[in-house]
Amino acid sequence: MSDHSRRGFLSGALGIGAVAALTACTSNAAPANNAAGAAPAGDNAEPGKPVTIGFSCPAADHGWIAAIAANAQAQAARYPDVTFEAVNPTTDITQQIAAVDTLITKKVSALVILPNDGSQLTALGRKAMDAGIPVINLDRVFDSPLAYRTWIGGDNYGMGVAAGTYIGEQLKAKGVSNPVIGEIAGIDNLPLTQDRSRGFVDALSSYGYSVGPRQAADFTAQGGQRIAANLLQAAPRLDALWNHDDDQGIGVLAAIQQAGRGEFLMVGGAGSANAMRAIKADDTVLKATVTYSPSMASSAVALARLVAQNRGMGDLVEKEVPMSLTLASATITKDNVDTYLPLGFES
Amino acid sequence: MSEQTTVSAEPMATEEPAAGPSPWSRLFLGGVGHNLGLVAVLALLAVVGVATADTFATTANLLTILTSASIIGVITVGATFVIIGGGIDLSVGKLMALASVWATTVATQSFGPWVMVLCALAVGAAGGLLNGLLIAYGRIVPFIVTLAMLISAQGLAERISGRRSQIVTDPTIAAIATTRLLGIPLLVYLFAAVVAIGWVVLNRTTFGRRTFAIGGNPEAARLAGLDVRRHTAALYVVSGLCCGVAAIMIASLTTTGSSTHGTLYELDAIAAVIIGGTLLSGGRGTLVGSILGVLVFTTITNLFVLNNLDTDVQNIAKGAIIVAAVLVQARARRSTP
Repeated sequence: MSDHSRRGFLSGALGIGAVAALTACTSNAAPANNAAGAAPAGDNAEPGKPVTIGFSCPAADHGWIAAIAANAQAQAARYPDVTFEAVNPTTDITQQIAAVDTLITKKVSALVILPNDGSQLTALGRKAMDAGIPVINLDRVFDSPLAYRTWIGGDNYGMGVAAGTYIGEQLKAKGVSNPVIGEIAGIDNLPLTQDRSRGFVDALSSYGYSVGPRQAADFTAQGGQRIAANLLQAAPRLDALWNHDDDQGIGVLAAIQQAGRGEFLMVGGAGSANAMRAIKADDTVLKATVTYSPSMASSAVALARLVAQNRGMGDLVEKEVPMSLTLASATITKDNVDTYLPLGFES
Repeated sequence: MSEQTTVSAEPMATEEPAAGPSPWSRLFLGGVGHNLGLVAVLALLAVVGVATADTFATTANLLTILTSASIIGVITVGATFVIIGGGIDLSVGKLMALASVWATTVATQSFGPWVMVLCALAVGAAGGLLNGLLIAYGRIVPFIVTLAMLISAQGLAERISGRRSQIVTDPTIAAIATTRLLGIPLLVYLFAAVVAIGWVVLNRTTFGRRTFAIGGNPEAARLAGLDVRRHTAALYVVSGLCCGVAAIMIASLTTTGSSTHGTLYELDAIAAVIIGGTLLSGGRGTLVGSILGVLVFTTITNLFVLNNLDTDVQNIAKGAIIVAAVLVQARARRSTP
């Protein structure tokens, strides 16, 4: 009996010790948040009337979305005349609607919305606009222009074009004939993935090249690793590989390294800080990445402030902010990576 | 626990043929023999592979299949114990994700590889223990407890990681996935070791026999003097430990710890266990069958990628194979009384 209680005491003490040790291991004191953003140029920097900007975006399941929320917050903090009100991020459509509704009821001066799904939140955007609150629609576009004052977002087709152009030029310079070009996409049934792939095919075809092995992963490192490991078996020789997304690219790079392959060049997508550091170090197959930068959230907050204050953009002639801004996809290589590193997001 | 109770529990556990001259033929009869349907499916897949892709039958490709199977395989070993013991564990995928995140925080990595491994194992085992205690002593249905664990493990993993992929900077852990012994990846050895240990524990120890007994008829097992509750709790710890091992493997394979790891692994594991011939109601099943199930699914993924086919068709094929395998097994069982 005493043996039992001693064992019980020992395992209890061990348990408590383990819990204490484990809780000490949850810290992630990461390097300081390098949220992207910039002070506005022209007369836009001058403080205007105080405004409140409401913000809603999906819950982060990915470094890119996490960066969107962080960038918006950081940009708002740069303006003394802006009060920033972010609602709880969620991946649930009905919860996002309810959350934005509370911002409409509060009568914020402007709204920045990255919807979970553009179509499903169109009615909500319309409701805000009808209530006299200008909506800055971020990236995932609403179905009707009546649902937003200004749309700002990335160019998925352009991203594919940028990746295809870079690969085309590199292979042409090397004089490769009949190259094997692989593609690892994100989630295949998303329109953004289809746009990216279309741009990639179009750009490659102008060099007379076509896409060989193509598979879709799921924007996660795990999916990237799994698909890449198998794709490398399907293609014993590759000349180039475009991976749509730098977060899943961590897994893709791991698989390439595990397979001991290195005969090809790889291009990433989105522009994570991690990918940029790899490009800068130049010790992997990753030679470039094409941006779809979450810095757009910083710009969206800047635009919301101008719209709410009835001002135009500093360097443009017009007295009002444009209806639509499509951001260009930049190609980041070893040569220009230093310029872009501050805009990179942590995976 | 006295010898007598074990013996009295044994008759319920005899799902293997009684007369097995050697361990190897018993393995064949008890494991592969019950899963001829699966072996046939695997052979069929191999034929299709050789016919459609010239790289299929290469050593490198077969090792890729085994490496891809290793992580879900380790998890399936734990899931097989739980399901044979009459339970279900829906939390495996996210418990692995949580362990991978916890083991790869900046703080944990600063203590070096051994602490990272210990941390993953401890988190997995603790999650499993919590599952087991709530199920065995709290008397809550396993489905609900482990579903709740799935959700909260996911939440905690997101909380700790801040929903970012945590990069593995420790070279030792990263090397697990790149190291090869005699040309075979270390991950495949790990997988084989876990399966071997699992097989011995399930088929050659009192713990294994009690698992069959409790899964087959918990009331009879209790009357026979088994501590059903303690054993049930232990089964979930086994499953949690497997998640901890898998967490280190996936952290090494993807070079990240992330809350997105292991999504839907619970369904993959359960599917593999079911097509492996284990009864979802417990008391009957084989580890070899479960592993064959894992290999079937991994080979399908490989075949589809080799032939450059879409992933959605792949999921339809997987669903069809689950139904077909169970139908074939049910028929085979009926025809051989």
